[in-house]
Amino acid sequence: MKTNMICIMCPLGCELTVEKVDDEIKVSGNNCIRGEKYATSELTEPVRVLTSVIITKNGVVSVKTDKPIPKKKIEEAIKLIGNVKADKLNFGDVVISNILNTGANVVVTRDAVLDFKE
Amino acid sequence: MQYDVVIIGGGPSGMAAAIESSKLNAKTLIIERNETLGGILNQCIHNGFGLHYFKEELTGPEYAFKFRELILNEKNIDVKLNTFVTNIDKENNVVTIKSSNGVENVKYKSLVLSMGCRERTAGNILLTGTRPVGIYTAGTAQKLVNIYGKMIGKNVVILGSGDIGLIMARRLTLEGAKVQAVMEINKTSSGLRRNISQCLDDFNIPLMYSTTIFEVVGEKRVEGIYYGQVDENYNKLEDTRKFMSCDAIILSVGLVPETDLVSDLKINRVTNGTYVNDYMQTEYDNIFACGNFLHVHDLVDNVTMESLQAGKCAALNALGKLERNKEFNVLHSDIVTYTIPSTIVKGEGKVDLKFRVRKKFVKSNLIVSCNDKIIAKKFVMAGLPGEMLTISFDKSEITGDINLEVKSNEN
Repeated sequence: MKTNMICIMCPLGCELTVEKVDDEIKVSGNNCIRGEKYATSELTEPVRVLTSVIITKNGVVSVKTDKPIPKKKIEEAIKLIGNVKADKLNFGDVVISNILNTGANVVVTRDAVLDFKE
Repeated sequence: MQYDVVIIGGGPSGMAAAIESSKLNAKTLIIERNETLGGILNQCIHNGFGLHYFKEELTGPEYAFKFRELILNEKNIDVKLNTFVTNIDKENNVVTIKSSNGVENVKYKSLVLSMGCRERTAGNILLTGTRPVGIYTAGTAQKLVNIYGKMIGKNVVILGSGDIGLIMARRLTLEGAKVQAVMEINKTSSGLRRNISQCLDDFNIPLMYSTTIFEVVGEKRVEGIYYGQVDENYNKLEDTRKFMSCDAIILSVGLVPETDLVSDLKINRVTNGTYVNDYMQTEYDNIFACGNFLHVHDLVDNVTMESLQAGKCAALNALGKLERNKEFNVLHSDIVTYTIPSTIVKGEGKVDLKFRVRKKFVKSNLIVSCNDKIIAKKFVMAGLPGEMLTISFDKSEITGDINLEVKSNEN
């Protein structure tokens, strides 16, 4: 069975064709190795980097998972991130380590831009 | 105050220009109206930045952070935050600035315009109906959610499929809102294909082409919209008119370079920015332009590359080392809407010619020729109006005006 997909690994957005022959996955249309990895992952276990914000007592910081996590765990992960309570977080802080046993840490990617008072 | 190079705007473009200018030992000043450097990157918390320039995948704030660190390490750069430029006096090479210190004048030898762009608003697109609370431009919605930590609605319709709108569709969905649809008046999206895939398809958000909002409904708060399809001339097809209830509308309907400060410069009617040569020099020898102020980019990495060149040439000009020579025009076939640069200074070195096309094409050669001689040829699988194309060539090959064409490879 052939599947068409757009590679999301970089802004080029290559149009990939993925075919599963027996147990082998064949990818075409990609311009680099990342496309092949992406297509294979999409057919087996699709993953995404999750980004969000955390509202601390001293402002709003942005966070990301430092590795892509399985797509099916994103809904649960965003809830965990939303429940984090903190007075202050700084760039680089690990907020949640090994979130949902994915091997990915949730890390702070930006200090609060504005002082924040409720 | 006096500087070799004064840079207006401290986003990705201004920061890159400053670093390159400082490296050539030009005394450099960045003027930024916000409380921090980084511009729009600070609110673009998603990943996908820096793959080309830093060779690693970063979020917007991380990309900005890396540049801020580089700037702190450069001894020739001063930064003024929370500061507005109110006037540019091109005859005396002076910018007037306003901050908590009051009104001051800064003298420059070279000026870099890196003020970025603004979003088109409901008024710009003549959106009809009422004007209740709940209509946001995509960037404003992004700022509210990602900088202020506020939600903008529970039941959202997005008009326009620009990249920020697509990114916000995903962001709002993750934060618990229902994004009902993205409506695009054109037959193709102006957003990147990867964003349609990872922001809409991943969450089953429909993208409706040739569709637009006919009328906004609601008194105090948005209550819904009438929407429907348009024909080829963008006329509303009234028989397709339907109602959809929603409490917020996000507009992602295009960006316009912020040229108010230099409204007397010649403006390109396609890009809405100024014209530049390959030094990124405007019609004034000591005024340079780069980034989204010049033309709206898809990728910050491209903004950085272009702005490094502007900063370098601005510094060389200030130090009296920028070589002047005859300029050749860049001509192009009809499918090309504009090129940056639009003229090339005779000399040595490599030129990256960037351009957009008016409609989709597949399997074609990009061909640059000069006096009937082909000086560059590049095969591309496909091109879309929403995606900037580049072709590079050697300047020493240029002996006259050059011509850019897109020729199909299929018969």
